[in-house]
Amino acid sequence: MSDVEEAVTRAHHDEWARVVAALTRRFGDLDIAEEAAAEAFTTAVERWPADGVPPKPGAWLTTTATRRAIDRIRRENKRDDKHKEARMVYDNTPPEPLGAIDDDRLRLIFTCCHPALAMEARLALTLRMVGGLTVPEIARAFLVAESAMGQRITRAKAKIKSARIPYRVPAEEDLAARVSGVLAVLFLVFNEGYLATGPDTDPVRHDLTAEAIRLTRLIRALLPEDGEVAGLLALMLLTEARRTARVSASGELVPLGEQDRGAWDAALVAEGHRLVRERLAAAAAGMAPGRYQILAAINAVHTSARDVRDTDWSQVVALYDQLVRLDRSPIIALNRAIAVAELDGPEVALAAVDRLEDELAGYHAYQATRADLLRRLGRSGEARAAYDRAIELAGNTAETAYLTRRREQLR
Amino acid sequence: MRYLVSVIDDTSNPGSTDRQPAISAFNERLIAEGYWVFAGGLADTDAATVIDNRGEQAVFSDGPFVESKEYLAGVWVWEAPDLDVALELAAEASKVCDRKIEVRPFR
Repeated sequence: MSDVEEAVTRAHHDEWARVVAALTRRFGDLDIAEEAAAEAFTTAVERWPADGVPPKPGAWLTTTATRRAIDRIRRENKRDDKHKEARMVYDNTPPEPLGAIDDDRLRLIFTCCHPALAMEARLALTLRMVGGLTVPEIARAFLVAESAMGQRITRAKAKIKSARIPYRVPAEEDLAARVSGVLAVLFLVFNEGYLATGPDTDPVRHDLTAEAIRLTRLIRALLPEDGEVAGLLALMLLTEARRTARVSASGELVPLGEQDRGAWDAALVAEGHRLVRERLAAAAAGMAPGRYQILAAINAVHTSARDVRDTDWSQVVALYDQLVRLDRSPIIALNRAIAVAELDGPEVALAAVDRLEDELAGYHAYQATRADLLRRLGRSGEARAAYDRAIELAGNTAETAYLTRRREQLR
Repeated sequence: MRYLVSVIDDTSNPGSTDRQPAISAFNERLIAEGYWVFAGGLADTDAATVIDNRGEQAVFSDGPFVESKEYLAGVWVWEAPDLDVALELAAEASKVCDRKIEVRPFR
């Protein structure tokens, strides 16, 4: 990649959200902001090789995009143009009262993740407007036809306009509730990347995990005091650190206990541990941790053990106990049971898992966990049936390969 | 910005009856804080008549335009600065009425 190409790519990464956000604030319209931002980057690709990379790429892009947006509004030549233009050029409207934090990008994120939008629309809009992914990229990420994804984004933008979803950071008292919605979106993006579904995708979509981490870092920079933001970032980093060790050369999922721990990304582990320590200090000072912080702490215990046999399972179970009190989800109970198997043996764990049948019988991880516990107890026939069911339900190619081999190994 | 706020009743999962005192108190608050434009409860869907005069002559038919287990039980019209305010009030309205609420902006 040439220096200029690299500069454009870096600017796209660093400045896209800032440019879109600044234009959205100025023109109050996501469509105009997005198209003008895209045009500004196209212009950069044309001009920078000849003119050189400007000293402040972000400012250059914002200025160029603003000009493009004004040109576009002029071209559209609506009857209230004169008035609108005057307001844009002199922009003497008093600034809107600021929310808890004043950053255009943060407003953009909260707008894209507004609870009045359907979850899938929030995902798509966040990746497009904040992440700068193209519509074909997002469509590919979620295995949706490009036209359908384009429509989903268009509809979401239309709803923002027609329902007048405000472009603002929620007030202090609503902030925590709204941040949790943003984090849920980012966690979904991450998980889809980490355990990609579908027969034709890579088992791990590094593009999605990387994007989720990048956006969570952005939120972290904007909301450094929020414990759950730090917790989610730590959780993602500690999970991402194990990514390359998670799929074998033959494309099979490698469970945590069998991974080559030397292949884990030490820098990501260290950064994740630093964040977890920061949250532990806050918890010691009386701030009750939320679910992402506890999940991050569980991952910190796993990644602290140099060998799986060194894992502090009682600590893991204690953290799951804490999590169960916050979140009664059967999936958390299932994960707790997996840790219990290491501490109290597979028989105790199986009893706990079996209690979840009503809620989780159709969930691949439930069947896979049961299969493994039955295998360890020597109940091969039942284990085989559970593996069959798990293979049927699993959507991830590497996971299917692993489960199939395990089933073949049964005597 | 004006919003049509619909109170949705559900035959299979009806809200509790006699919410009137709480609703009156909520209405008074809406008026005092400047959100209230109009409100009214509706008679049962049995009382509805649908008229179609797009053809040669007007056709009157008995009953609501769509039969469903959810139906409109009443409406508000609110004046609110933006959707966030309307949604916050609607969340409160759902509690007060013990029913689902739909919020839709006027064009």
